[in-house]
Amino acid sequence: MTSISSLSSAFTGDDPGNRLFGPVPDVVGQSTSDADHPARVGFFTDTSVCIGCKACEVACKEWNTLPMDGADGRVDVLGLTGESYDNTGMLGANSWRHVAFVEQSRAVDLPMPTVGRPGDVGSPRPLAEPPVVHAEVPASATTAEQTAPQQTQSGDREIRWLMSSDVCKHCTHAGCLDVCPTGSLFRTEYGSVVVQEDICNGCGYCVPACPYGVIDQREDDGRVFKCTLCYDRLTDGLMPACATACPTESIQFGDLDELQARADARLAALQADGVEGARLYGRDESDGVGGVGAFFLLLDEPEVYGLPPDPVVTTRDLPSMWRHAAAGAAMAFGLALSAFAGHRR
Amino acid sequence: MSAEVGAEMGVSLPGAGWRRADGAPAQRREGRRRRRAGDDPGVSMVEEAEFTSYYGRPVIKPPVWKQPDVPAYLFLGGAAGTSAMLGALADMTHRPALGIAAHRVAAGGALASVGFLIHDLGRPERFLNMLRVLKVTSPLSVGSWVLAPFSALTTATAGAQLLGWFPRLRRVTGAVAAVLGGPMTTYTAVLLANTSVPSWHEPHRELPYLFAGSAAAGGGALCTVFTPVDEAAPARRLAIAGAAVELAMTHRVEHGHGLVSEPYRIGRAGLLLRTARASTAAGTGLLLATGRRRWGAVAGGALVAAGSALTRFGVFDAGMTSAKDPKYTVEPQRERARAREAASSPGEERAGG
Ligand code: SF4
Repeated sequence: MTSISSLSSAFTGDDPGNRLFGPVPDVVGQSTSDADHPARVGFFTDTSVCIGCKACEVACKEWNTLPMDGADGRVDVLGLTGESYDNTGMLGANSWRHVAFVEQSRAVDLPMPTVGRPGDVGSPRPLAEPPVVHAEVPASATTAEQTAPQQTQSGDREIRWLMSSDVCKHCTHAGCLDVCPTGSLFRTEYGSVVVQEDICNGCGYCVPACPYGVIDQREDDGRVFKCTLCYDRLTDGLMPACATACPTESIQFGDLDELQARADARLAALQADGVEGARLYGRDESDGVGGVGAFFLLLDEPEVYGLPPDPVVTTRDLPSMWRHAAAGAAMAFGLALSAFAGHRR
Repeated sequence: MSAEVGAEMGVSLPGAGWRRADGAPAQRREGRRRRRAGDDPGVSMVEEAEFTSYYGRPVIKPPVWKQPDVPAYLFLGGAAGTSAMLGALADMTHRPALGIAAHRVAAGGALASVGFLIHDLGRPERFLNMLRVLKVTSPLSVGSWVLAPFSALTTATAGAQLLGWFPRLRRVTGAVAAVLGGPMTTYTAVLLANTSVPSWHEPHRELPYLFAGSAAAGGGALCTVFTPVDEAAPARRLAIAGAAVELAMTHRVEHGHGLVSEPYRIGRAGLLLRTARASTAAGTGLLLATGRRRWGAVAGGALVAAGSALTRFGVFDAGMTSAKDPKYTVEPQRERARAREAASSPGEERAGG
């Protein structure tokens, strides 16, 4: 664990090792004195090939014996959300993989911009009204479908179905880990961030600290739970359960640098094919959390998938907050002292 | 390449024109979820046109901290901190009645604060794990290391005073407690500000002063209530000065941060903070006008203390509102990202429209 002396420089202004913020070449080396630790591992989730089968969710629940939960994270509740095929709802204490389903449509400029129902020629349907997606999907593949995954054309509209398996990002600068007061959360030798359940006292501080809304408290238990990157499997030389179960290699597990190279190549290939909106999310080591261990290839803005567009670890501002807290405390002292000046009554 | 495709299809809308195909039903669902969560109907509904979210679900996890546990812990800890200062200074300036009252308020506040903190834990029996490590990156760890000795020292001081034991030693414990009283007033502000909750993190420069002012108002006011008027002058002055700081800083937090200031003005948080302001202002007026009379001191002190407590409840509630609605997370981040993109690539259109 990080000692105070090694952190003190970060709190006095300059932070040469980027202990609180910024890129860190060797995140494991930052929290251990062991020089030959394993390489940092992670996930590359390529959402362009996700088919929404939820094998990852099931494998994760099975391996980690997570209790059944509804879309709001409550244990032993079964709920249908109506949010497309997503009945998991969100990541939480009992769902460590979550497949998001987003149904989208857009108008395309065709020679005949409106389509009427058979018979009512006089009242063309306005473009703003989305078509009934499931009934009107044509069997034939369109150009759009060939160039862009998860996309097809339907009359005057293009429709697509975005699917993405979300997971804990195992941040380089993990807010949850920074704020944990008991030392229950720790950085493993693989660079992942894991909760030690025998130490967690359920203070709940990590829950709002995570900029991605990943970690959560299990109601009937009191402690917090999240993805461990299958720490138990890693130590036995196995791949995490979700990556093992994924049939399309949408979830890829491996050494982080190798995954990053693979992701860069995949992005270039998609862009060369003319796929719009493809981007890597969490790949950039100069972002607000110093890059993440589990990053994504997305086909739309992050917030469409429920991800924050520009997450920042709040520990970045902690030195400034402590300084203001010290000044505030001094102010309170000053007020108390001056209250004793002047008349006795 | 991708920009070409976009142009070919005649698409120039943001996000290449893609819209959620089932927007309307998702919004209806959101309305249900909000009401079930016991939210105030005054909270404005999410406008889908302004920003995108995943079925209106929050991006971050709202804190699991309970009410009234955590806001009460914030108020009591702060009031105990300034009371400990009053107690030690009263000892030094020979104001025995003020000393007795202040030490008791400090001890009572500290113990109750610890009690609320432990009660809020998911595993209360493991509360001692808080003292397992000391981490400067965790305001709760630092806070625990302040709160633990502070509550022990204030309790020892007040207890020894009650029993008439160790007259010299208890001055020392009282003085050390007073020093710890400083951080007691502000570490809780850092505790809230160092989260991803937009309306707590954004005003992270103001919150420590707001909490320090509120603690001075709360501690001063409680000591004013419990001290005979002959000796209550310092407590009264502290309450008045603290109330002024509290009112000014709350105003800045309520208005200084654009969209993320909004939760401080709407819904339950808005109501709490408006009530707090009225209570604090009325109490301060009473203390100024009639604070030298017993009834004026009691009424004014009670109002200022209530204002201080309500302020903490309001700040807590505003944070919860901002965490539950994705717009407070997404919109400022989107703006920041856009500004950065514009700065790094001037004049260049983003690929794909
Ligand atoms: S995504 Fe959240 S829970 Fe996961 S490491 Fe980062 S801060 Fe912690």
